[in-house]
Amino acid sequence: MNTIICDTCGHHNKEGTTICEKCGKPLNQDTQKTLLNMRYDGTAIRSKTRNRSIIDKTWNFFSSIKVGVTLIALALIASAIGTIYPQETYIPQTVDPSEHYRDQYGIPGQIYYQLGFHNLYGSLWYMILIALIGISIFIVSIDRGVPLYRALKHQAIKRHPKFLKGQKLYGEYSDYTEEDKQQLLQHLKQRRYKITEKDGHYLAEKNRFSRWGPYVNHLGLIIFLAATLLRFIPSMYVDESMWVREGETEVIPGTNQEYYIENQQFIFEVYGDREEDEIFETALENNGAIVPRHYETKAAIYQDTSDKEVISEPELEEIKRGEIIVNQPIKFDHFHIYQDSYQLNEFQSMSFKLHETEDADEEAILEFTVDLVDPERVYEFDNGYRIELNDYFPDYELSDGRPRTTTNYPRNPGFVFFVYGPDTEEAEVSFLAIGQNLAAGENQYKLSLTDFDVRNVSGLTVRKDLTLPFLGLGAFIFMIGLIQGMYWQHRRVWIHPTADRIYIACHTNKNWFGMKSEYEKITEGTPFTEIVDQENKNE
Amino acid sequence: MSKLEQAKANKKNKKRNRIIFRSAILVVLFGALAFAVFSNLTADDGATVDVGDKAPDFALKQVATVEDLGDLQLSDYEGKGVMLNFWATYCEPCEREMPYMEQLYPVYQEKGVEIIAVSVDATELVINNFVNKHALTFPILHDKNSQVLDAYGIRPLPTTYFIDEHGKVEERVLGELSLERLEGYLDQIVPEGS
Repeated sequence: MNTIICDTCGHHNKEGTTICEKCGKPLNQDTQKTLLNMRYDGTAIRSKTRNRSIIDKTWNFFSSIKVGVTLIALALIASAIGTIYPQETYIPQTVDPSEHYRDQYGIPGQIYYQLGFHNLYGSLWYMILIALIGISIFIVSIDRGVPLYRALKHQAIKRHPKFLKGQKLYGEYSDYTEEDKQQLLQHLKQRRYKITEKDGHYLAEKNRFSRWGPYVNHLGLIIFLAATLLRFIPSMYVDESMWVREGETEVIPGTNQEYYIENQQFIFEVYGDREEDEIFETALENNGAIVPRHYETKAAIYQDTSDKEVISEPELEEIKRGEIIVNQPIKFDHFHIYQDSYQLNEFQSMSFKLHETEDADEEAILEFTVDLVDPERVYEFDNGYRIELNDYFPDYELSDGRPRTTTNYPRNPGFVFFVYGPDTEEAEVSFLAIGQNLAAGENQYKLSLTDFDVRNVSGLTVRKDLTLPFLGLGAFIFMIGLIQGMYWQHRRVWIHPTADRIYIACHTNKNWFGMKSEYEKITEGTPFTEIVDQENKNE
Repeated sequence: MSKLEQAKANKKNKKRNRIIFRSAILVVLFGALAFAVFSNLTADDGATVDVGDKAPDFALKQVATVEDLGDLQLSDYEGKGVMLNFWATYCEPCEREMPYMEQLYPVYQEKGVEIIAVSVDATELVINNFVNKHALTFPILHDKNSQVLDAYGIRPLPTTYFIDEHGKVEERVLGELSLERLEGYLDQIVPEGS
């Protein structure tokens, strides 16, 4: 390994060092005329020194600030592009994305879709990009933080005159007394500088911890990024949605079939229902549609206490009961269930009556009700009539001339009834649906819809997020690092006596204005008040 | 001389430690990256129960039968290959593959493979009509409360599991099956020695 030997004190410095670790003499000849580069206190950034094995090469790649900034810039640009058109989750679910983007946004939309920007934030490359930023932050922090820490911990008190001359704030004084020097040191102490001495040389230093700010900040950021990864662990994070019909009990998704929810009642209120709503009358008329004021689900939560080895009929035990209102979820065992949406007036049951086809008054021979979720096959009556529900379509539709159901739910029920009268041998076939009442042939009897019951369906969101405390911790540490680095400055004053004069140099990692005004206060009443800002002089 | 050697040894030591340190950190960081990527890829491809997993045991009511047969339990078929089909009457692709299943059922039943079809329909009457219409002879179960659907994490219909004689998922198919593919998958779960 190459070392740089300091020609003044003979100390072996690591390759890449710009200021001698021991005496502080500038090692780089180019810096003679200009100011010293005090970044990382002149230590060798470790990655800049060796580049041999693959491990080192990978390490060095990620420790480069240029690489880090490039990665961040790429992520920023990509994130911005991702907001130009809606993401796939926000387009209607019924449309094909490959057509939707082209139809809606033309050629740019097509390109957007084909480059995968329609699903950007969950895409593989975007995730890898974010993860690479995390890796870069981590390695950069270690690579710069550790040498800086060591350099400041072991920093020399006695520095080479060239080191002092290379500082931005520098002064030389010949006309002073020992008393003046003591007063200066006293003032430094009063301003909470820590003073160390060696052979009459002094180093006054304060707020060194401010230098760790960026590293604390990065630590917080890394914890934050790691916490987002915890979302992939199923026991840490659940985000599901579900529908529950009034009166039904459903398994809550994401709970491993442990919890069930019963929708006891769905309450839906609109503006215009109450007397005090009169003031809204005009606004409501203009709007045309109803405006919901409030909706809530009265729910009960059950826990399945049965043996989970075999998934079978649950044995439910009520653990909680309450309301779910939009921003007031029901909570149990880290789960929060939120009111999300609703479907009003889904059919629950339908009632029919049978009468003679020829009867103009349609006097009922019999009446019966069909439960639309669990209908019975046969309805028998004492007066000898029998009605068979031969076929049932919960969500009826004609497809290629044949009736079929398109969903599970009784939104548009269709029925095929076989009617057997006491005096008829053959069954009479009727088909009924909303707005349809067809008879197969000349029927003696006719069925008519008399009544129906509806119920509401509550749309709920199931959430569980155990990653929040970790995200919070990361954000908290991030803020501490930010405050630590922003509101304090690491300031140092070197006092270097020679035979006939004294050199004083100051350094601060930021806020030179503050350093200067503090120097004025420190040197008040001493002959050291004049100090030169060498940066201005060079210009 | 010995001092120089010591310094050299020291340096070598340092270098080795550095390599170990850097390798360890890189392994941890890239491990986290791989975990994130892997989780993301497997997160939303359809179902929770995957190839290689043990198929969760369940007991469901057998429907569309002449007499009441009670519950049918998956573990009763241990020692046999099981094709587990999740379907619904309103799902057209499910309806298209049903005749293939019916056609191959007697052939593979002799070889020790059972076909079980779990309907996620809400209404039993609708299932009965469907089974009669297609004259299906294999057992039809009714997952009325969607517990099994939830446990298997089924998203698209149909989803079909091919489970070997030890209860391990050999293959999982999201979507419709053709006769040839169905035959191929059924061959995979014929128990050994039969």
